[in-house]
Amino acid sequence: MYNAKYIIPGILFFLALIFVPVGYNMGKSFDVKPELPKDQKDCIEDVQVMRDKHMQILNDWRNSAVRDGERIYVNSKGKKYVKSLTNTCLGCHKDKAKFCDRCHDTVGVNPYCFDCHNITPNQKSPIPPAQTGEEGGH
Amino acid sequence: MKSNRREFLKLAAVSAMGVGAARLGFLGDAPAFAGPLPTAADFEKGFKAKHWGMAVFSAKFTPELIEKCRTACHTEHNVPDIPGKKQIKWFWGASYHEAFPTEQGQFLSEDVEHREFPLLCNHCEQPMCVRVCPTQATFQRPDGIVMMDFHRCIGCRYCMAGCPFGARSFNFQDPRPFIHNFNPHYPTRMRGVVEKCDFCAERLAIGKLPVCVEAAGGALVFGDLGDENSDIRKVLREHFAIRRKPDAGTSPSVYYIL
Repeated sequence: MYNAKYIIPGILFFLALIFVPVGYNMGKSFDVKPELPKDQKDCIEDVQVMRDKHMQILNDWRNSAVRDGERIYVNSKGKKYVKSLTNTCLGCHKDKAKFCDRCHDTVGVNPYCFDCHNITPNQKSPIPPAQTGEEGGH
Repeated sequence: MKSNRREFLKLAAVSAMGVGAARLGFLGDAPAFAGPLPTAADFEKGFKAKHWGMAVFSAKFTPELIEKCRTACHTEHNVPDIPGKKQIKWFWGASYHEAFPTEQGQFLSEDVEHREFPLLCNHCEQPMCVRVCPTQATFQRPDGIVMMDFHRCIGCRYCMAGCPFGARSFNFQDPRPFIHNFNPHYPTRMRGVVEKCDFCAERLAIGKLPVCVEAAGGALVFGDLGDENSDIRKVLREHFAIRRKPDAGTSPSVYYIL
């Protein structure tokens, strides 16, 4: 092999470099603790289902509620819920920052739900709040 | 007697303070606008129809009543209040010549000619906006409501070009800073999305009439055009009504009684 004295250390250095994150996180537990509502015990589905599939559930909700007008969700136990992100989900999980954002921030996803949907059914003003001026520029 | 009056005045003063404090509620934690949340049981008693339609008793409409309906609608749906060309409108008023440009009446009754007409999305039977929408963000429900799925809108504005009635508005900027009467139970829109009246589909689903119909106090009649015995069909049987721009061929579901 030509230039082995450069290539082999180069490959070793490259391998060391790409395994730095693995080594850095080795032995550390990956544990996110979103704050659960204190006054409620059951979510619409079991914890594991919600963890794995809440995005699919929300996607099904938006399609069936808006497009087919089917606005009642019947869960696996037969209990009925209104298909609404703000009014049902966030009516219970009152603090988005302590629930949704904790996981989303950790895993680096940025869902755009809240560009339009309100973060609680008790929200007092839109975010960002209303301007006082009358200018309408970009 | 004297001490009684003293007591009475004290009580009156305390009550007045109480009333005053109650009126200062807007400083407290009450949201700007919010009734109780609808429950699953409410959604089970939603209204159903073959084809929703509206009849407008235009003679009952004054600019003030149009403004009242407009405010009710725009508050319910978090429609931003943007002055000028970027205005967003779901419900608005216009003159006879703006509303019925194809009627071409030459010697019109002065009363009709100078009347202001309430306008909204016509929920056409053959909606142009639905035909041109490339993502099916605007679609027609089986009950005739021309509905918008804001999630799917890509902001191409074909529908705005297609609509013969100017019933659609585009969000040129983030609408949230311009929402002054905020309803936390209804979502807002984002920049780059077209919006319009949806006949209060979310209220019909819980068995409530559209807000403009409630605010108009009888000047707007809402009902099932597919049911011969409905209120709206009765009204249309008894009164002569016209529709906007019949030559556009879209067959609106909003009827104007002159």
